Amino acid sequence: MNDKSFFWRLVRYYSWYTGGFVALLLVLAILEQEGLPRTWIGYLFMFATVVLYAGIGIMSRTSEVSEYYVAGRRVPGLFNGMATAADWISAATFISLAGGLYLQGFDGLAYIIGWTGGYCLVALLIAPYLRKFGQYTIPDFLAARYRGRTSSNPVRILAVIATILISFIYVVAQIYGVGLIASRFTGVDFSVGIFLGLASILVCSFLGGMRAITWTQVAQYIIILFAYLIPVIWLSAQHTHNPVAQISYGSVLTQIADIEKNFDVDPKEMQVRTIFKARAEAYDVRLHNLPTSWEQGRIEAQQYLEKLKRNNGSLIDIRAASRALNNYPKTPEEAERIWQQEKENYLARAEPPIPQATPFAASSPEASDIKRNNFLALVFCLMLGTAALPHILMRYYTTPSVQETRKSIFWTLFFILLIYLTVPALAVLVKYYIYTSLVGSDYSHLPEWVSYWANIDKAHPLVSITDINHDGIVQLSEIVLDGDIIVLATPEIAKLPYYISGLVAAGGLAAALSTADGLLLTISNALSHDVYYKMIDPQASTAKRVTVSKLLLLVVALLAAYTASLKPGDILSMVGAAFSLAASALFPVLALGVFWKRGNQEGAMAAIVVGFATCVYYMLHTYPALGGSASGQWFHIAPMAAGVFGVPAGLLALIVVSLLTPPPDPRALTLVNQIRAP
Amino acid sequence: MFTPHPPSHWRSTRRLTLVLLLAWFGLTFGVIFFAREMANMTFFGWPLSFYMAAQGLALAYLLIVAVYTWQMRKIDRRHQDDVQSDNR
Repeated sequence: MNDKSFFWRLVRYYSWYTGGFVALLLVLAILEQEGLPRTWIGYLFMFATVVLYAGIGIMSRTSEVSEYYVAGRRVPGLFNGMATAADWISAATFISLAGGLYLQGFDGLAYIIGWTGGYCLVALLIAPYLRKFGQYTIPDFLAARYRGRTSSNPVRILAVIATILISFIYVVAQIYGVGLIASRFTGVDFSVGIFLGLASILVCSFLGGMRAITWTQVAQYIIILFAYLIPVIWLSAQHTHNPVAQISYGSVLTQIADIEKNFDVDPKEMQVRTIFKARAEAYDVRLHNLPTSWEQGRIEAQQYLEKLKRNNGSLIDIRAASRALNNYPKTPEEAERIWQQEKENYLARAEPPIPQATPFAASSPEASDIKRNNFLALVFCLMLGTAALPHILMRYYTTPSVQETRKSIFWTLFFILLIYLTVPALAVLVKYYIYTSLVGSDYSHLPEWVSYWANIDKAHPLVSITDINHDGIVQLSEIVLDGDIIVLATPEIAKLPYYISGLVAAGGLAAALSTADGLLLTISNALSHDVYYKMIDPQASTAKRVTVSKLLLLVVALLAAYTASLKPGDILSMVGAAFSLAASALFPVLALGVFWKRGNQEGAMAAIVVGFATCVYYMLHTYPALGGSASGQWFHIAPMAAGVFGVPAGLLALIVVSLLTPPPDPRALTLVNQIRAP
Repeated sequence: MFTPHPPSHWRSTRRLTLVLLLAWFGLTFGVIFFAREMANMTFFGWPLSFYMAAQGLALAYLLIVAVYTWQMRKIDRRHQDDVQSDNR
C-alpha cells in the first residue's frame, strides 16, 4: 500500500506543478499584453525552467548507490513512462522531425515508424528481462550473461566502449541543440548558451543522479507536451476549425495534393524552374572546362571588383564583389567540389516539390524501389537501435517490479505517441499555410517571420525567399526553408503571441536537456560502475563509488560541451548514425542473451566487434563527408542505414563463434533461467 | 537462490512473444512494402498509406505492447503458485 500512497503523492505534486506552469503561461500572456519586451519573455522562460530543473535536482540530491544509479527502484510505471518519453524525445525529434516530414514528405515517416516500433522490441525482447536481472547498467547485464570461466571483464569492456561511443555522439548533438536554442531565443553567444544549459544539466544529475533526473524528466515531459501541442492546436483551429489536429489534418492533406498538381502546370513556376536548370547547366559547362574556367572566373571576379572601384561603385556592391573574390575557390580541385555542389543544388531546386502523401515518389520505378528499400532499411535500423540504446534501457531498471516495467513501456509509448501523432499534423498544416498564404503573395508584403529567421545566421540562412524571375510574386520554387525552423517558427507563422514562441523554445530546451541528462548519466555510470567499481577497485565504499561517478560526470559533460562548441558539422545526421551503431553493436547480444542459451563469451565479443566494425566500415565507405563515395553502396542503401548490414553480421558472428567454442559457463545459464522465470 | 522455474511459463511467454513479433513484423513490412499500392485507397478521407505510416502503425505498436503487458500478467499470475517468487 506504501507504493500506492507514493503514487498518489506524485500525482498530487505533478498536478500542482502543471497548474503552476499554466499559471506562469497566463502571467506571461498578461505581461505581454501590458507591453513586456520580447527578449524579456525569452529570458523569463529560460530562467524559470532552468531554475525549476535545478530546484528539483537540489530537492532530490542523494549519495546512496541505489538512489543514485536506479532512483531506488520505486518509480511507478506511469511516471517512468513519462520520464522515458522525455529522455527519448531529443532535440532532434523536437526540432527536426516535423521539418523532415515537411521536406521529405512520405519518406520522412520512416522516423515515426522506426522510433515507435522499436518499443515493441524493447517490450518483447529486452527490458523486462533486464529488470528481472536487476543490476545497474547495460554492460552489467552483458558481462553477467556472457561471463567466461575466469573473468567477465572482456565482454564488459567491449560493452562499455560501445555504450560510451554511442551515447557520446548522441549527447554532443543534444548539447549542440541546447546552445542553438539558448542563443536564438535569448541572444547570448552560442558557446555561452552551451555552458548555461550545461550548468542546469549538471546541477540536476550531479546532485541526484538517476533519482533527480527521473523527477526532472517528468517535469520536462509536461513542458514538452504543452510546447508541442498548443501551437498545433491553435494552427489547426485556424485552418480547419477543428482543434484536434491529429484528426483534422487528413482533409488538409488532400487539399495539399490538389495544390501540388497545380504547381506543375503553373507557367510562373515553370519559368523559375527553367532558370534554375539554366544555372545548373552553366555550372556544368564550367565543370567541363576545368581548370581553365577556374582561372578565367578568378580573373573576371578581380576585374569586376577593380572596375567597381574605378567607377566609384556603391559600397555595398564593392563589398559584395570583394567577398565573392575572397570566397572564390582557392584551387581547381576545390572549384570542382564546390561547383559540383552548386550544380546539384540548382538541379534539385529545378525539380517539382516532393508530393506530401505519395509514397516513394521518384521518376522511375527502379528509383522508387530504391527509395522503398532505403525506407525499410532505415526503419529497421531505427527500431533495432531503439531497442539497444543504453540510456533508454537503463531507465527500465528503476521500476519496482518486472510487471511495472512492462506497464511503464506501455506508458512510454503512449506519451511518445501524444507527440509523434502530432508531428505529421504540424508538418502538413505548416505546408498548407506556405502553399496557400505565402506562395502567390507579394514580395513587398512578406510576413515578418521571414526576415527575422533569415537574419539569425546570415552565412547559412534558415529561410530564403528571392525573386528569381523578377515578377514580384512569390513562387514555391523561390522558397528555401531549413527543416529545423518549422517547429521553432510555427508560432510566428500562425501569428500567435510571442509567449507561445517562448514556450516552444522552453519545450525544445527541455527536450534537449532531458535527453542530455540521461545520456551523461549513462556514460558516467558506465565509467564509474563498470570500469572503476567492477574492474579497478571492487572494494570501493558506496560513498566513494558515487563520488567517482559525480566527478566523471563533470569531466564527460565538459568534454561533450567542448566538442559541441567546435560545431562539428552535420551533427544531426550523426544522431541517425548512432542508431545504426547501437543496433549493430548491442542488439544481437542483448536479444540473443535472453533467447539463446548457447551464446557464450567468445561469441558475444565477436558479435560486438564484428557488428560495430561492419557498421563503421560501411559508413566510412559510403558517406562522402567521411571520405567515402556513394558508388560504394551495397544495394543502394544509404550510409545512415548501415545497421542493416551490421546487425546480421553481428548475429552471425555470435552464432558461429559460440558454436565453435565451448558452451557458456553454468553460472551464465543459471542467470538465463532466472531472468526467464516470472 | 535460484529455483528452477516451470518450463511451461517460459513456453507460454515464448509463444506470446513470437505471435506478437510476427504481428509487429508483418504490419510494418506489409504497410511499407505495399505503400504504393495502398496510396489510392482512402480511409475516412485520408490516403490509406499515409494514414497507416503516420498514425496507424504507431497505434498498432501501442496495441501490441498493451496486449503483451496484459497477457504476461495473466501468464505470470497463472504460474505464480509454481515458483517461490524472487521477484522483488
